[in-house]
Amino acid sequence: MEDSAVMSAPAAIVPLVCWLEDCHKDSVALVGGKCSSLGELIHAGVRVPPGFALTTEGFRHFMDQSGVTAAVHSLLSGIDCENLETLEGTSAQIRSLIESQSFSVEIEDLVAELYRKLSLRCCMPAAPVAVRSSATAEDLPGASFAGQQDTYLWVRGVDEVLHHMRRCISSLYTARAIAYRANKGFSDDQLAISVGVQKMANSYTAGVMFTLHPGNGDRSVIVIDSNFGFGESVVSGEVTPDHFVVNKITLDIIDRTISQKLICYTVDATTQTSHQMDVPFERQKVQSLIDDEITELAWMGKQIEKHYGCPMDIEWAIDKDLPAGGNIFILQARPETVWSKKPQGQGSTAVGSAMEYILSGMLAGRRVT
Amino acid sequence: MKFPVPHDIKAQTLPGTEGWERMYPYQYQFVTDDPVRNQYEKETFWFYDGLHYPEPLYPFDTIWDEAWYLALSQFNNRIFMVPPVRGVDHRIINGYVYISPVPVKDGAEIGSRVPHFMERAGHYYKNWDALEAKWKVKMEATIRELEAIQIPKLADMEDISVVMDAVGESKGYHLLKNYDDLINLGIKCWQYHFEFLNLGYAAYVFFLDFVQKQFPSIPAQRVTQMISGIDVIMYRPDEELKGLARKAIELGVDALVCSSPEWTTVEAALKADPKGVEWLTSLNLSREPWFNVSTGTGWFHHDRSWNDQMNVPLSGINTYIGKLKQGVNIERPTEKVRAERDRITAEYRGLIESEADRQQFDELLGCAKTVFPYVENHLFYVEHWFHSVFWNKMREVGAVMQEHGVIKEVEDVWLLRRDEIKSALWDIVTAWATGVTPRGTFTWPPEIEWRKGVMQKFKEWSAPPAIGVAPEVIQEPFTIVLWGVTNKSLADWASVQEVKDPETITEMKGFAGSPGIAEGIARVCKTVNEVGELREGEILVAPTTSPSWAPAFAKIGACVTDVGGVMSHAAIVCREYGMPAVVGTGMATKIIRSGMRIRVDGSTGVITISR
Repeated sequence: MEDSAVMSAPAAIVPLVCWLEDCHKDSVALVGGKCSSLGELIHAGVRVPPGFALTTEGFRHFMDQSGVTAAVHSLLSGIDCENLETLEGTSAQIRSLIESQSFSVEIEDLVAELYRKLSLRCCMPAAPVAVRSSATAEDLPGASFAGQQDTYLWVRGVDEVLHHMRRCISSLYTARAIAYRANKGFSDDQLAISVGVQKMANSYTAGVMFTLHPGNGDRSVIVIDSNFGFGESVVSGEVTPDHFVVNKITLDIIDRTISQKLICYTVDATTQTSHQMDVPFERQKVQSLIDDEITELAWMGKQIEKHYGCPMDIEWAIDKDLPAGGNIFILQARPETVWSKKPQGQGSTAVGSAMEYILSGMLAGRRVT
Repeated sequence: MKFPVPHDIKAQTLPGTEGWERMYPYQYQFVTDDPVRNQYEKETFWFYDGLHYPEPLYPFDTIWDEAWYLALSQFNNRIFMVPPVRGVDHRIINGYVYISPVPVKDGAEIGSRVPHFMERAGHYYKNWDALEAKWKVKMEATIRELEAIQIPKLADMEDISVVMDAVGESKGYHLLKNYDDLINLGIKCWQYHFEFLNLGYAAYVFFLDFVQKQFPSIPAQRVTQMISGIDVIMYRPDEELKGLARKAIELGVDALVCSSPEWTTVEAALKADPKGVEWLTSLNLSREPWFNVSTGTGWFHHDRSWNDQMNVPLSGINTYIGKLKQGVNIERPTEKVRAERDRITAEYRGLIESEADRQQFDELLGCAKTVFPYVENHLFYVEHWFHSVFWNKMREVGAVMQEHGVIKEVEDVWLLRRDEIKSALWDIVTAWATGVTPRGTFTWPPEIEWRKGVMQKFKEWSAPPAIGVAPEVIQEPFTIVLWGVTNKSLADWASVQEVKDPETITEMKGFAGSPGIAEGIARVCKTVNEVGELREGEILVAPTTSPSWAPAFAKIGACVTDVGGVMSHAAIVCREYGMPAVVGTGMATKIIRSGMRIRVDGSTGVITISR
């Protein structure tokens, strides 16, 4: 599907579902912020776990065609948002209404087809996926009105996928979200949500990456923190991760600290949920990311920064389900916020000619400690 | 940081070395009898100049230390009027040189020096290339003078020409005078050495300073890379070897040239062959001046030149003949180096946010590029060419002294101070003139034997890296270069020294000299004479390298040195060849043994030893 077609085509041919590859930064209205930024990463030339989205058009199609829109409208008319008990009751009613409806055959077929192709791409009979809401107004102040941003992990099989897509949609109608919209005067008519379905990164190793030095704001380096398992041990700060500093210009590793990593998160095979486990003693001090992976990640970081034009804060994972060489994935990327607001480094140090700089440098001297 | 009091260190005299102070100039001593000087010495910060002196100084070799003590200080303090700093003071303990920059403490005085500095240093920076061309003329004239100096033998009867030409002077007088001339030329050469050097270092140091302020994590090797690919004569001796290798193949004498590792054998074989004679003519053209390249840093009498040790360049020529016959390209990858230099310079520049800072970057980079050739090229003229000729002239002096029984071996001459040599020459010439025995034949040999023992004990002593009271700020540019080395390495070296059993060390740190990672078998070469033992792909571990080691780099997979920073020969050459180097490790040659498996990370400066 052509990108331009997504944006400018008349409503009649706006897609109900689409691949993440077909999303980009201008498709927020169609696929929400999360999916559009994943699509944008693909356009930046980096690998993200494959996936697809139910578009806002698909969402509306579902809500209208199943009669949910009308039912919700009447349930919500004249509701007293100050009365928490009623509100909770109505919310539960709406949510169970949504979750009990079927998608149209058309959407079911589309989702089934994309899920089949997705599994095929992952060389799996039924790829485990993350199903998450992708809100269209995430970047607005008080963004939470759009819904609870629900995320369901390790979902397998098309029926489960469809079921969790409905659960994401129903999250628009938590009591808190309804009250928030009512208080702010947002009309439910403009309410739209997209749902993303993306291969679970079954990570062997994961972590975060900054395309500047978070300690000193140096833009010529990329800093990577990593630990075995899922990235949550690194993001949450529960473990001291391995730490690598990579020269952004030459992509060589200029500093490395291998830490003792006591815990990590992996998937529980039976419950299909993420759980914490101890890192076996003999692996605790082993470098959790090999040098070639560090270089490739840094290269991806550089591409992403170049694409967005600003320093980025990135989550990544190395998927053990896929072969080396094609298993390094970017999960998320957002503009870095701390240093980007400050002047670079120590601010301007220019004084004029080389001679003037040398003189001022000599007069300042160099601190020994 | 706390450092020991210098006088306490000195007070712990090594048994059997009592009285060693007489081996060095008296002003180099830490003193206790002069309360004012003693107080100054205690309050001052002194650091061991391990960069230049990995070993204790022989009494004669102190000449270059005195030469730069004078030259560096005068240019800073009396000629260019560097505002916040005077000169660099020197002391010696147990043969090891300690130095200390002397600050200008009075703010008003610093201010009054500023306009003079701007005028004087400004003149040099502005007219750098023209003045450097003049320097080259002065320097070459000085070397020609040196080469022309005759150290006469003292004949029982002076030649008849002395009478017929009415010379009116004896060889005895000429010996005294020419020895003085030799020494004076050495001192003059070092005057020129520092004419540009501190300004050159300053330009480089403050370019580095600026870039590091912009990019606090930038490795120094990347800054030096921005001024790489500039043609400097450091590469010339190696280029001559490559040219001679090509010529040998062209003339069909390559088999003869490779027939033996012994130069005398090869030379005899070549002389018997007309094409060989032609090749020898080319060789002789290359030898002057390019084989006056020292096999060490050139600072010490034991650093011999290629001309002194023809087996060394012969081994290099053999290496290149071998490579050429295998069809391997032996050209320096200059174009690639320049392209990569331009790429990284542009990328770093592009990351600088403000236009003012980008302009400052351009200014400082331009200045650093202007000074770079001098900073590199002076080494060939002074430390290599001049010194190599100088040491041999001194050997001629030693031969005269040996002939007259004042010293037992020519090489004993290095155990005397240069003023002691002058006294001994007076002793010799007056005794020769008079027809009696020099007094020194009785006094010097036992003193020299004792001094040899002292030197041995000094070599076994481990010099503390720093003594005295550290200042908060260092301003002297030369010291900043040195300090950059010592400050960081002090702690690293100290931690290695603290390990009781060096056999257990598995990791060492040095400066990241050239990026990349290599793993392989180590080959420790203490001198360039041992590079013939290197096998393809081995990791060279050396005290330091110099242009005379260049052919070794065509064989190795990585390089590790004891001494040197990111601007050292090993680092620069490895960056050109794109192979990893860790430099300035302090003691790699003492800890690593040939045959060990090591991993060299030239990006982080870490060496891992598999045990």
